[in-house]
Amino acid sequence: MPVTDVRHDPDTLTLTITADFAAPVDRVWQVYADPRQLERVWGPPTHPATFVDHDLVPGGRMNYYMTSPEGEKYYAYWDVVTVEEPTSFTFRDGFALDETFARNTDLPESTNTYELAPTDTGTRATYVATYASAEALQQVLDMGVVEGSSLAINQIDELLAS
Amino acid sequence: MTETDDDRADAWFHALADRTRRDILRRVLAGEHSVSALARSYDMSFAAVQKHVAVLERAGLLTKRRQGREALASGDVEAVRSVGAMLTDLEALWRGRISRMDELFATPQQAPQPPGTDHPEEE
Repeated sequence: MPVTDVRHDPDTLTLTITADFAAPVDRVWQVYADPRQLERVWGPPTHPATFVDHDLVPGGRMNYYMTSPEGEKYYAYWDVVTVEEPTSFTFRDGFALDETFARNTDLPESTNTYELAPTDTGTRATYVATYASAEALQQVLDMGVVEGSSLAINQIDELLAS
Repeated sequence: MTETDDDRADAWFHALADRTRRDILRRVLAGEHSVSALARSYDMSFAAVQKHVAVLERAGLLTKRRQGREALASGDVEAVRSVGAMLTDLEALWRGRISRMDELFATPQQAPQPPGTDHPEEE
């Protein structure tokens, strides 16, 4: 498994994940730069993501929704803050009211920093997500809570395939 | 997550979604406080503070005991730790994303496109 380190800080509601990918930095960057690749990895298999707008530049907007098995859509966005292609970008991830992608101001945004660095075997990715409140964390979990079980199934598949 | 876990999570996050309640919780985690002492710390009525304490108590984040005429409140460290468990759930979402990226890199790409090229399938 490529995940090499996970750190939780319940006081600051921060999650830091380090992963090593067997692919060069440019290839990993491409996943974020290409909406069709990004939606293949962003949502859990049960809640696929669809990126409607994709603009990975400083000040750019990414609008996306995730669809539940019942067909319910969760609208969300990224407000891109900084971009240092192909090694880092920062953005605020928030929830939108509906298909207009207007920000849901009732819910705080999370602040995210993604960094990619070359290693001998490929790329080390460091993901830092900070949630402003427990409420924000709960909303993210509502969208992703199903992931636990689907993840387990993926892992079994991988194990059988190896 | 089971139904009960979900109900508890709802109660926790409802309780923690309020600034005054988070502040009360910080105080009672540090040590037992009487409800009347807590009430003196805020610019609001005793009844309002008592209501906040009751929400925290229903969420299982705080316990109360009586001593004479005083109601003494203390924080439940174990329950507060459960917020940490929420971060663990989030970790699962992230592990899924990373595992899907790993799979993507393992599969040969069809017609790799240099960055900046327009994607014909894009709307």
